Amino acid sequence: MSLDKKLKEHAKRVEVAQQGGGPKAQEKQRAMGKLLARDRITAILDEGSFHEYDMFVEHRCQDFDMDKKNLAADGVITGTGTISGHPVCIFAQDFTVAGGSLGLAHARKICKIMDHAVKLGVPLIGVNDSGGARIQEGVNSLAGYGEIFYRNTLASGVIPQISVILGPCAGGAVYSPALTDFVFVVDKISKMFITGPEVIKTVLGEEISMEDLGGARVSTEVSGNAHFFSESEADCFAQIKRLVTFIPWNNRKRADAFPAKPPRPGPAISGIIPAEPTKPYDVRDVVRAVCDDSDFFEIQQHWAANIVIGFARLNGDTVGVVANQPLVLAGVLDVDSSDKAARFVRFCDAFNIPLVTFVDLPGYLPGVDQEHAGVIRHGAKVLYAYSEATVPKVTVILRKAYGGGYIAMCSRHLGADLVVAWPTAEIAVMGPEGAANIIFKREIEQAADPNAVRRGKVAEYSEKFANPYIAAANGHIDAVITPAETREFVIHAIAISSQKREERPAKKHGLPPF
Amino acid sequence: MPTDRDLPATVLVIDDTAYQTTATRKFAERRRWVAPDPRAVVAHIPGVVCTVYVKVGESIRRGDRLLVLEAMKMQNDVPAPCTGRVKAVHVIGGQMVAKGERLVELE
Repeated sequence: MSLDKKLKEHAKRVEVAQQGGGPKAQEKQRAMGKLLARDRITAILDEGSFHEYDMFVEHRCQDFDMDKKNLAADGVITGTGTISGHPVCIFAQDFTVAGGSLGLAHARKICKIMDHAVKLGVPLIGVNDSGGARIQEGVNSLAGYGEIFYRNTLASGVIPQISVILGPCAGGAVYSPALTDFVFVVDKISKMFITGPEVIKTVLGEEISMEDLGGARVSTEVSGNAHFFSESEADCFAQIKRLVTFIPWNNRKRADAFPAKPPRPGPAISGIIPAEPTKPYDVRDVVRAVCDDSDFFEIQQHWAANIVIGFARLNGDTVGVVANQPLVLAGVLDVDSSDKAARFVRFCDAFNIPLVTFVDLPGYLPGVDQEHAGVIRHGAKVLYAYSEATVPKVTVILRKAYGGGYIAMCSRHLGADLVVAWPTAEIAVMGPEGAANIIFKREIEQAADPNAVRRGKVAEYSEKFANPYIAAANGHIDAVITPAETREFVIHAIAISSQKREERPAKKHGLPPF
Repeated sequence: MPTDRDLPATVLVIDDTAYQTTATRKFAERRRWVAPDPRAVVAHIPGVVCTVYVKVGESIRRGDRLLVLEAMKMQNDVPAPCTGRVKAVHVIGGQMVAKGERLVELE
């Protein structure tokens, strides 16, 4: 065969592979408002940076006439590229090829690129768009899933893992995204569930649409399975690119430093918090008033909104922010907000990202549903995650820090490196009302005018204890600072912690309450 | 997508202090807990009632089989939680029941 012929044959093979499931299937994909797998990859990566691997991989299944079927790239596109110059490994399932179904060759391609990502120490991005297991391949398909889950677990905490759900991701398949660090979903396109509406209807008689069961809104607002909601694939890709700038390539590196920028001019930080401790405000205004360029990249914005988590930069360096949100449920810790905060703290600790915690919470959410849902077990995750973390930990107490909530929110007692409080802080065993009602119970009950006595006792308790100075007098906090000093204090604390070394007892692994 | 600024305003009382805040969708839609009635036998799992073995007025002893509920491909005996008399039977064979649905009431 002449060289020319060989090149022509190569071109033909590439062309066939790039057609995926063929023009008809591709048209169908577009009609569903979805991009094609390769187009998704090129949209996520820097222009011209994608290098595809394993384009000519073929399946080996012979049952059910599968040996007569050629599945282009076996239904998944894999390779490497860059995002803002950062190397990444990436795969995207191709729904036009046998519904993106996962067979053994398909799974092995994914495993290969995962192994590659771990070896190179670069983030892994997986785009999921698949009908599920390739039933014709039987147990081999299950083996494929298992090998992916195993790799997700081994790579956890070594390289950042990002999942993008751009189609159905159901049954066992959805456990791979669940094992990764960040899950992106897009309105009307993403569907995540273990058992679908059909099965639920047959077995339980409950009728529910796919959207209401595991659509993008439900996944980001109700279940918390996904972290980022977008209206379109383009918006979703823009968010992925932004996320990647905040996180390091792997657990041996730090996130890239950017040029330091002051916060944007806005309302004075000292005016954000209402004087009344029972009045709400948006804690994100405080975060924005402190961080570089007032740029706060929030994660899981719509789920458990009573706690706020996300990335920001201080003096150019990435920090992980955790903040109670008085605007929602008074900022209490509950089952969901505890899970949300604890997982984020562990991500930051695994990837060398300093933690900045803003505290304003009245305590834990009371309720039978909370107790029965295991708020003890879930709440304990926050204590565990903060105590375990050895990255620099800085805590700013804005207003209320009562009871167990005070301890949990990265207090000195859990190993914080710097704890500062604003003059508005109330660091106490509980709120003045509750404390006065317990301590002065008899006096209040026996008084001629119980309400007047109660008011007096609450005022007395507030005067004496609802401030930061008792905690400061005991050395539980390091300084009482004005709101305007916050940024400088936090930047300094993180800068002097850059060489922080904190050893932990040797162990195989700890046992966090999950 | 609703933002958390659009969430319904609510007052949350913690340690005798009322905080002005907003409720999450999950919190607003949570089901209030009601004490279970020990004399009401409810489906502990969703499924299909296979056979009902008792009639209204019948005396039964604790542990007697009231009915069989098929769920998750298993035939589950549903026993009487206490000794007494059958006050009402709310289901018939072949009926699909949801989790928590009342099956039989005793007195």
